[in-house]
Amino acid sequence: MHELSIAHGIVEVVTEAARAAGANSVTAVHLRIGKLAGVEAGALEFSYELVTERTMLAGSRLVIEELPVVIYCATCRANQELPGVQRFRCPSCDTPSGEIRQGRELEVASIEIGDAAVVPA
Amino acid sequence: MTAPTTRIVEVRAGILKKNDELARALRQRFEASGTFVVNLVSSPGTGKTAFLERTLRELLDRGVRVAALVGDLETDNDAQRLARSGAPARQINTHGRCHLEAEMIDSFLGEWALDDLDVLFIENVGNLVCPASYDLGEALRVAMLSVTEGEDKPLKYPTMFNSADVAVITKIDLAEACEFDHAAARASIESVRPGMEVVDVSARRGTGMDTWYALLETRRAVWRTQHDLDMIASPLPVTAGAISAP
Repeated sequence: MHELSIAHGIVEVVTEAARAAGANSVTAVHLRIGKLAGVEAGALEFSYELVTERTMLAGSRLVIEELPVVIYCATCRANQELPGVQRFRCPSCDTPSGEIRQGRELEVASIEIGDAAVVPA
Repeated sequence: MTAPTTRIVEVRAGILKKNDELARALRQRFEASGTFVVNLVSSPGTGKTAFLERTLRELLDRGVRVAALVGDLETDNDAQRLARSGAPARQINTHGRCHLEAEMIDSFLGEWALDDLDVLFIENVGNLVCPASYDLGEALRVAMLSVTEGEDKPLKYPTMFNSADVAVITKIDLAEACEFDHAAARASIESVRPGMEVVDVSARRGTGMDTWYALLETRRAVWRTQHDLDMIASPLPVTAGAISAP
């Protein structure tokens, strides 16, 4: 279970981005996680709640976009989406392929932030 | 006073950015010193330590300058076992963490003179899930499974096997007793990582170890060529069967 470490990583990346944008709170975090990233969404959601307590991410929504694995098929000369992660063969022509075009992503895509209340001069 | 507003900000940053940056820096250091780094990953009990102990001893005998870092949650038992080979070995205790991270490698390398190391082995924490996500700056990732574990292990842990460069099947001397279906194991490896090279070994008997050393030699030679290292020092004297002086 390394989702706790992953959650710490999210807090770090998000805090840095939010501060740079002049925010004082984060209301939502959007992640892109490939099926080959080795991260379990349920465990991450649980860890996220724990780790974000008393940070500017406290109470924020975690939105996870799971990305399927996409390989390049040399026979079809095209990218092909795989239905799972156990069979790295082209779903249309069955050619094996180790050329992974998508599926290892583990990133913060965007954040929703609350700006500091603006006090008119 | 106006109400707080919500904005969406694009971030597009890797969650393990810090680890990845540190791993990249380590990789550059290893390339500069000509140190070929091998990361061994498997479940607990596959026989990583026995395999590595024999590898260290026999590579030392062949004049290869080797060292090892070994990760475990607690105890320095494995580093002690590895040190019996005569090679320098250091224990990294993760105290509960289920994987090694680049930062641990960086700090445990300490004052080791990388220029004097041909090959550095990293024995990861026994775990087929978490270490897959953490780049340690290695040049070669080796996923291991033993004949006692079941032929479908690669299908159960596809992320790890897919992230590895080479597979090693250990305890091959027990294959018959375990009714190990070798073709099925190879098929499951091929399914999750088409074209991956597979070596069968028995660290106890020595079966397949020469094939493993030859593979290391080939992979290291390719790595050296890719990084233009052949002008710096001579290649490894690890040709299978040849015992050469340093």
